[in-house]
This record gives sequence, C-alpha cells and structure tokens, in this order.
Amino acid sequence: MNRILKSALIATGLMSQSIAAYAACGIESGNVNILGNEFPAIQTVGAAAAACAGDGVEIKTNLTKEHKDIQVPSLTSNPAEYTAAIVANSSIVPLMNDDLIRPLDDLIAKHGGNFKDNQKISIGGKVMAIGFMANAQHLVYRKDILEQAGVEEPKSYEEVLAAAKIIKDKGLMQYPFGAAYAAGWGLAQEFNNMFLGHGGEFFKDGTAMPNINNETGVATLNVMKALTEYMNPDFLTLNNNEINAEWKAGNVAMMQMWGSRAGPLLSDEGTAPGVSENTVLAGALLVGGGSIPATTLWWDGWTISKNISDEDAEATYLALINGIDPKIMNDEVATQAVWMIDGYEPTPASAGVFATMASGAKPYPMIPYASLLHTALGNELPDFFAGNESAEKTLEDVEAAYETAAKEKGFL
Amino acid sequence: MLLFIFLPIISVVTQSLFIDHEQVFTEVESCDFFGCKKTTIIDTAATEQLRDEQPLGRFIGLQNYFNRSHLASSEIALAWSSAESFGEFYDNVYNLPLYRAIIFTLVYTFTVTPLLIIIGFFIAIGVNTINRAIRGFVIFFSLLPMIVTPLVGSLILFWMIDSRGIIGNTLQRLFEDPDLSLKASTPLTWATLIVYGVWHAAPFAFVIFYAGLQTLPQDTLESAMIDGASRWERIRYVVIPHLMPLVTFVALIQLMDNFRVFEPIVGFNASAHATSLSSIIFSDLSGESRLLSSAATTSVLTIIGVVILLSPVLVRTWRDWGKKY
Repeated sequence: MNRILKSALIATGLMSQSIAAYAACGIESGNVNILGNEFPAIQTVGAAAAACAGDGVEIKTNLTKEHKDIQVPSLTSNPAEYTAAIVANSSIVPLMNDDLIRPLDDLIAKHGGNFKDNQKISIGGKVMAIGFMANAQHLVYRKDILEQAGVEEPKSYEEVLAAAKIIKDKGLMQYPFGAAYAAGWGLAQEFNNMFLGHGGEFFKDGTAMPNINNETGVATLNVMKALTEYMNPDFLTLNNNEINAEWKAGNVAMMQMWGSRAGPLLSDEGTAPGVSENTVLAGALLVGGGSIPATTLWWDGWTISKNISDEDAEATYLALINGIDPKIMNDEVATQAVWMIDGYEPTPASAGVFATMASGAKPYPMIPYASLLHTALGNELPDFFAGNESAEKTLEDVEAAYETAAKEKGFL
Repeated sequence: MLLFIFLPIISVVTQSLFIDHEQVFTEVESCDFFGCKKTTIIDTAATEQLRDEQPLGRFIGLQNYFNRSHLASSEIALAWSSAESFGEFYDNVYNLPLYRAIIFTLVYTFTVTPLLIIIGFFIAIGVNTINRAIRGFVIFFSLLPMIVTPLVGSLILFWMIDSRGIIGNTLQRLFEDPDLSLKASTPLTWATLIVYGVWHAAPFAFVIFYAGLQTLPQDTLESAMIDGASRWERIRYVVIPHLMPLVTFVALIQLMDNFRVFEPIVGFNASAHATSLSSIIFSDLSGESRLLSSAATTSVLTIIGVVILLSPVLVRTWRDWGKKY
C-alpha cells in the first residue's frame, strides 16, 4: 500500500469518526471551553463532552485544581473565557453572587437530555446547574487493627477517641487517626463538619453575622484538639494526598476521607500488604451526642456561563449533556464517584457516601458569605492547634477576621 | 516605566480606597439532589444597578488601612492599654495578621541576607583557590540550589524533613526524641525556612563575589605578601575592601528578594506557623471569594515597606555615585 493511499484511508477514518460524533451530539456550530476541578470523575465527564468535537465545533477543557481561583475572573469577562464551569455546591455560590451563570430552563425545554429530574439543581425556581455526582467525607477504618484492639466499628468521634487510645496503648500504631487538618481550607472544612455535628448554625438567623464564638464552637474545637493527640504531629501540614499516602503505607487505622477518593484506597496498587483488603468504608461519625452526622454533603454539577453567545451556550449544553449521558458508564467509571446518572450501579467504593447520605447529613451551606467564614476559619484556627491560644480567643479572632472581610465585600 | 511601574501602582492605590457595594439579599427556595430548602442569595439585579451607579464601589478613604486585617489601629490601641507587660502586648500584636506577617518577613530578611552574603563569600574564596581543572564542575554544583525552581526545591526539602523523611528521621534519632517534628513547632519551621532561604540564595552571592575575585589587583596582594600579611589579613585588608561595592549590590538585591519571601511558605505548607506579606496577599486573592481591596491595601503597605527597607542602601549608592562625578 503506498503512502498516499494510507493517508487517504486515515483521513477518511478520522472524518467518519468526527461525523459520527457530530451526529451523536447534534451540535451544529460554536465553541465550547469547559473549566473544572481535576479528579477522575470530572475527567471522565470532560472527555465525554470533548468527544463531541468535530466540523466547526471546537471543544476544549481545562480541568485544574486551581479552578476555584480562576472561575470568577474568567467568567466575568465578556465574552467569557470559559463557556461552562463544573462546580460543587460551594463553588457555584461566587458565580451566583456575581451573576455569571445563566438559567438552563430554555435549553432544557429545547434540547432535553438524558438525565433524571433530581439532577436539576434549581435556585429560586430556575435550573442553574445539572448535577452528576454526590460526595461526602466519611469514616474509613482498618478492620484488622480494630479487631486486634478488640473494638467495634466506631459510630461517633467519642468512640474513635476511645479506640485510638486502645490502639496506641497496645502499641499497634503510633498515630492511629488521620484527617486533612492542613492549615487552610481542609482544617476549616473539618471544623464545619464537627460544628454541624454539634448542631451548630454558622450565622445568626437570616443575617450575615457569624455565630461560632459560643459553647458549640468551643466544644467543636475541643473534640478536634483531642483527635490531634492521635494524629501525626505534622497534622497542620498534611492534606488529603499526604493522609492517603499514610493510609496506603499502613500507618493509620481510622481516617476521615472524601468518598471521591475512596476508589484508590480499595485497590492494591501502591499499598502496603494487608491494608487494602482490610479497608472498610463506613458512614460519617456522630459527635457530642448529637443526631446529625459530623460531615457535609456535596454535589458536583455543571453550569453555563452568562457572558457568551446563544450559539456557544447551545453547543456547550449539548456537549455537556453528552458528557453525563448514561452511556459513559462502565465498570471503571462506576468506581470513580457516586454518580447520580441513570444506569449507575453502586460499587464498594460508594458505600461510605451512601451510608452518609442515608444518615441525615446536611449539605454544605450554599450561602453567599459562607466561603468568607471558611477562609477566616482556615487562617485563624491553626493558632489554636499550634497551642498558641485558647479556643475562645481563636473563635473571637475568626469572627473578627470574618467581619472585616464581610464588610469589605458588602455583606455586613 | 510609566506603563509597567507607575500605572499598576496607581491602580493598586485606587483599589485600596474602595470596598464592594452593599449586597442586596433575597430569600429563595433552592433544590438539589439532597432536597429543597430556603436559602439566602444575592439579588443580582439590584446589585447590578448599584454597580452601574458607582463602578468602583464605595469610597471609604483610608479605612482599609486601619482595619483589623491591616494596621489594626483600634486593636493595637486596645492591646497597648490592656497589656500588663511587654510580652503580653507582643502576643496581642502577633495575633494580628499583618503584624504577624511583617514580623516573620523582617526576621527572615535580616537573618537570611547577612548569612547568605557571608556563606557566599566563603564559597567564592574557597572555589577561587581550587585547581582550575575541577573548578568548572565545582562552580556548576555550587549553582544548583539557585537553578532549581524555588517551589520544587522547597517541596524536596519538605519531604526530606518529614518525620518519616531522611533528615527528619535522622534528627529524631540524633536527639533521641521520636516526637520531634520540624513542621509542628513554630521556631523550628522558621529555622527551616531560613535555612532553605540561605541554601537557595547563597549561590547568587557566590557567583557575584567569584566574578569580583577575578579582578583582584595582584600587585596589592603580592606587596601585602611581601610585607608578611597572613592569608586572613590579606582577605581582611585587601579582598574585602575590593569586594565592598559588590556586597552593597548583593545586599540590595537580596533584601528586595527576601522581603517578598513566598514560595517556601507554599512549598513547606507552612502557613500555620509563618506568613509573609506576599503570602497574605496571595491568600486574599485566592479561594472562592477574592478580597481585592484587602490585597491592594497590603500591596501598598508592602511597597512602602520596601522603600523604607532599601532607603539606607539607596542613599549609600547615591552618595557613591555622586562622589565619582
């Protein structure tokens, strides 16, 4: 076969593929550029959306951990840099605050799509996002270590503390508990979880005034401090990645971890012998005798930018509908997340998130000023854990830092 | 000059004088996978109208400069009047974000800069005396810390000082303290950052001084030898005076560089124990809600800080320059 014939064949092959994709997604023209977080489930959605690229339709994705930092500036410009943003229930709020995403009702009416009604995320009666997966932090534990220590599966943080004491005293492990307590977002998120578990409300009824400097806040910090006694002393620098590495090395017996990161924990790859087969995903823990689990529920979904042409919005909608179509599901994809998509069969990796959802956990608050409080917590809490000041003083600092920021943003 | 220096400074100063509009809230029902509930959202139409009327936001003058995130005038006054000892006053001041950042930044700048000049000088003297055949290699290896990207360099060190890393573990054995952790205590974190800073910047001083050594007046050196000056006396009375203008130059560059210390704090995940002016600007600008005015205010204060810091060196350079013409 000569070279010309070969290249002609390849070209025909490529063309027929793009025609097939074009026919499958029904996009006639327009540009699509998707911004989103970077983890396997979102990469799957991005890749399925990008498969719609073809004649006159360009589809780009930028999936990055820095998506939260760039989403507001890049969607503020007109026309927006990205036609779609994949968000979670916290990161949709800044986009709503600045009116940067468009309602999807007209696109749904015109083009429909293969998704369930409960995937529509509506705010004030308008569909603003289409959800595709759920997530939550929950307990992961080592059944062999707990058996050796002679304790049952813990249901509350008090039981975790008791179990950790036995494991440490018996010399089974030096630092039996793990959680992402690194200064910043992660530490603040653990505070949020524990505060909700204690039955706390972050803001005074209906206002933007903070409501954490009280007995609930102090109790929250005290439980967290007690847990750090059983954590690697470097806990203020350890994020999810490092904690997972510690888990895989067999150095941790119980940890609080994201459901979306559970899949790799159950696989043998890069894990010390005896760890993965003894890893159990359990629901979220209770705390302080409360009935609400100390965790938050999260969804991930996609939104479409406001500052783009109707043509691009339609193209983006069709590409993303294809991105979350039930046909993306296969055995590997199913382990990547707790999908809300039709045809998803729960896998062992999803057990923790389902148990958490069934136990009545609250969603992360979708409030315009919640992220400011989150940031203030992340900046001020390390002082308490480094042993520099009392719980009351720290909470006072958090409220003061939050109020300064909230005044600047016009919330107070 | 005008485009790249003057205009950005004007824009930062302007930004620091304004804050966002008051937000108008409405309550709506929001529904997701987990159920429906009432939530507060921002009435974007009403906010839009406010924004059209005053595109820059609300003018508040210098209030940003004196709020708790910056100079914190009322907090400082309260700390001064309520504190019973200087230690207590210091603790209260250290608790305020800007002062905490300034304290670390100054400690870092004024320990790293002299140390790197001294170490750089001795490396230069040492390299200058070794055999020419291997000098090229030695120079290359001495430059490596500067060639490695700061973030990568600090990440490498971050893992090495981990309690399970090579340096961290060795220290634990050396001091026979299994709970010793360089990352868990504030003084040890500061020491680590300072050691990293010196390690990273010493090659810069070395290269400059090494270049200077190549122009040493051989006549003066030889006459000093004939007069019976020891090696140390030759360094003290001939080499150091010859390199003095270069010391000023290195000090100037490194003061500026160290004053904006940032990468090691990110690389070492050290924000729990150390924050710098640059790192608090970064934390204002990142995350879901960006605090532009706060970041602008800190930037203006940083610029003022740089000017104060460099003024002695600048005055000195100006005098030297004036002498010659």
